[in-house]
Amino acid sequence: MACDDELVFLTICSRPSRLKLLRCVIRDAADMAGLDAQASDAVVLAVNEACMNIIQHGYAMDADGRIELRVRREPGALVFELRDYAKRVDVDKVCSRDLDDVRPGGLGVHLIGCLMDESRFLETPPGGGNLFQMKKFTRA
Amino acid sequence: MAFPVEEKHGFLVVLLHGDVDLSKSPAARKVILNCLKKRRHVMVDLAAVDYIDSSGVASLVEGFQYARSNDLEFALVGVSEAAMNVLRLARLDQVFRIHASLDELPDGGD
Repeated sequence: MACDDELVFLTICSRPSRLKLLRCVIRDAADMAGLDAQASDAVVLAVNEACMNIIQHGYAMDADGRIELRVRREPGALVFELRDYAKRVDVDKVCSRDLDDVRPGGLGVHLIGCLMDESRFLETPPGGGNLFQMKKFTRA
Repeated sequence: MAFPVEEKHGFLVVLLHGDVDLSKSPAARKVILNCLKKRRHVMVDLAAVDYIDSSGVASLVEGFQYARSNDLEFALVGVSEAAMNVLRLARLDQVFRIHASLDELPDGGD
């Protein structure tokens, strides 16, 4: 991958207080990639939700987990990848809930689906954990 | 960070502000539920909210549910554009009672 295409690679610990830092970086990367304000808002919220899922469900609020974020450009899309070292996610159990069932929680997957053009777990990386990829298309 | 509470028109008005994310939503949840547990009608002012994620929204939903189960009023007021966008995505803009400003609040009565 050409260095020009990689916008961000960083590691944060799994603490809620780090989410704001992450959002700042995502917003700047989105601006650099030429996303408009609405699309920038969308990717900021979606990546925040995905990272929050890792903190809450992957690491069960353990503040010492590691989360790696990579943002890169590919033709027609801005790609976000979140890597964690938590227990393997059972992909079959990850689904958006019925929004008519008004209750706290369970909105994150729905929001990511609304805000990103593609999202999926990639093959388990060496060393275990999870690799979650989201794409925002940059051209029609 | 504490979220302030004011009394207006017979309601307790919880003033959320800034980024209501996973680091702040537990405090928001606590202050909202504490107000409701005093058996007071509650408005949550979102005018100064710059950002809210699903954990912040969950604290609002908990308040809504508690109020509904305990025959209390619960509504949102002055919802910022950033917050409204998230409520729309979650289709909660059709669930919560939403007022444009504190000036149009009815008397909550107590």
